[in-house]
Amino acid sequence: MQSLRGQSLRGQSRPGLRRDPAPSRTAYRMQRLWLTPMFRVVMRVGLPVLLVALIVSVYLGSPTRRANLQASFGQMREAVQQRPEFRVSLLAIEGASSSLDGAIRDIIDVKLPQSSFDLDLEAARNRILTLDAVADAQLRVNTGGVLQVTITERVPAVVWRKPDVLELLDATGKRVAIVLARSDRSDLPLLAGEGADKAVPEAMQIIAAAGPLVPRLRGLVRMSNRRWDLVLDRDQRILLPADNPVNALERVIALDQAEDLLARDVAAIDLRLQERPVLRLAPNALRTLREAKGIITTVESDL
Amino acid sequence: MMTDLYHSQRAMRNMRRAAMQRGVIAILDVGSSKISCLILRFDGPERLREADGVGSMAGQSSFRVIGAATTRSRGVSFGEISVMNETERAIRTAVQAAQKMANVRVDHVIACFSGAEPRSYGLAGEWALQDSVVTEQDVANVLAACDVPDIGHGREVLHAQPVNFALDHRSGLGDPRGQIGNRLACDMHLLSVEASVVQNLLYCIKRCDLELAGIASSAYVSGISALVEDEQELGAACIDMGGGSTGISIFIKKHMIFADSVRMGGDHITSDISKGLRVPLAKAESIKTKHGGVHAMGMDDREMIEIGGDSGDWEKDRRQVSRTELIGIMRPRVEEILEEVRARLDAAGFDHLPSQQIVLTGGASQIPGLDGLAARILGQRVRLGRPLRVQGLPQAVTGPAFSGSVGLCLFAAHPQDEWWDFDIPTEKYPARSLKRAFKWFKDNW
Repeated sequence: MQSLRGQSLRGQSRPGLRRDPAPSRTAYRMQRLWLTPMFRVVMRVGLPVLLVALIVSVYLGSPTRRANLQASFGQMREAVQQRPEFRVSLLAIEGASSSLDGAIRDIIDVKLPQSSFDLDLEAARNRILTLDAVADAQLRVNTGGVLQVTITERVPAVVWRKPDVLELLDATGKRVAIVLARSDRSDLPLLAGEGADKAVPEAMQIIAAAGPLVPRLRGLVRMSNRRWDLVLDRDQRILLPADNPVNALERVIALDQAEDLLARDVAAIDLRLQERPVLRLAPNALRTLREAKGIITTVESDL
Repeated sequence: MMTDLYHSQRAMRNMRRAAMQRGVIAILDVGSSKISCLILRFDGPERLREADGVGSMAGQSSFRVIGAATTRSRGVSFGEISVMNETERAIRTAVQAAQKMANVRVDHVIACFSGAEPRSYGLAGEWALQDSVVTEQDVANVLAACDVPDIGHGREVLHAQPVNFALDHRSGLGDPRGQIGNRLACDMHLLSVEASVVQNLLYCIKRCDLELAGIASSAYVSGISALVEDEQELGAACIDMGGGSTGISIFIKKHMIFADSVRMGGDHITSDISKGLRVPLAKAESIKTKHGGVHAMGMDDREMIEIGGDSGDWEKDRRQVSRTELIGIMRPRVEEILEEVRARLDAAGFDHLPSQQIVLTGGASQIPGLDGLAARILGQRVRLGRPLRVQGLPQAVTGPAFSGSVGLCLFAAHPQDEWWDFDIPTEKYPARSLKRAFKWFKDNW
């Protein structure tokens, strides 16, 4: 009954025949399964991905391992950051006067040497910008471990006399510094009055337009936080209107050049109303004039 | 009975269509000496068809062979499955190797086999046309009108191909659709085989997790591939000399009109040699393929063949025979096969055909000198046939032994219209169909 098992037909024992073994049912099915495109994709992509995800999630499941991993990663990062290549050890400040330089060094508050990864340049810049004398600051870490600070200083344009102190303001009206005496910056024009710092650009225009009056100019006074008074020597004042003060000033200058107005004994020229300029004479000016003309008045008056 | 057949054959056709859509189909030639499996890939409609003027070439340009494997057959004798699980194993071997070569999984196979005692019947039917134009429905009706002969108990129809249509007095129409006449007649060729053989094959293929998408007689498919076009047109017989059986198919006007098989083949020659020389079958097979022949000449007396053996007996292991002796053993069996073929051809009326070309193909046709011997027995016009060349076919499977396999490829690509490819006539539907309901509405509204 052996032949029923099919042994004699399999061919292993028959000489002269090429061995041609049949695959088992399982092998045949497995091969067909493997040739199924979907199955192949799942086995070659899906399964490895799943396996890796599984291993990672099992490993990271425990909090201690997670902490360890984080710690070792932190150490590694630290080690790289602390390398000498990344160390900043020098602070170079450019474009600042010597007093400002010292102030910047005080305020920048960066402990050197330090790794460049730990430097907070943005915060340092913000701290530097709190200084009044600094218009703009650029911070960068240069090669060789140098922290380069490039400063653009504010240029003082006017002196502002406040009731208690004298301040320097730049052309936009920002505070630059305090001066102890007017004579320290006698090259700059003087402003006074409350709110003068808000109108510095206008004041600068007026001073620029003042041209021939500049040698006589004592300063500008902000009146009622609204308009300017031009103060000349001999206590002469030119009261400028709130709007279009430059035009009004030019008108005065033209009048002065034509009539020599300001050389006369005039206390103030009031141009606050454009259509009705008013001259205020100095005390005794009119009497002096009448005496000079031979007209004697009997009535004593200040005018 | 015919409805059952319709359903199973139509199911196979649908399966074939599904396989075509997937683009991959396997063909399986279950023979007595070898089982071969080819995997075809269909690349959609043929390209370069109009441009190069070659034409469709029987459809073999629409596919490409991407996998081929042949294995020694086990458990098949006379072209029929005799040991089921051995055959299943052999099919598995072939399919696995072909899949490995193609690197693609196949689910649908078209199979052919040579045995199962095919019998041919000529059927005729007539149908009076309702209106004078022949429609598809009329073709179905005339096919249904064919009187089915009693094909015997336990037999099944393998092929039922309309061969000829006649419209009134005009005969020889290939496709009568759209033509005008009154009476449509048709001739049909019906091939019946033993049902149990088909069922065994079905079972084996199912056990290999494959779906059968078609089934064909190997005599028919080797005729498709071994006969050239004019032979098929003018009339020719293809003799497929396989291992366990010899298939005969007669073609005319590109239709098979007769098929039969002789239950003798190359394996019988081998067993004769084995018995005559007292050598094992494997040795006999190798002697047959190396030294075989059918015409003895003076030279052959001096050509001694070592037949050997490993019995340990010196006298037995040193035996020699002359080639003449070998031919003396082989020739009577070859003659017997050819005589039997002659008898079958005569019975089929082959000598009435206009052209009586005979084409020998199959593995056993490679015996040297066979064409000369066949010319004496079968008639003067004998040639040896090799299968058509198809794209991607490995060199190893281009020999005459693979006519059936290649023919099956062509069959898979372009099956001929069979009975079941036409609609079942409306009247034959068991229940009232929608069509009739629609017709009623149209008539009464």
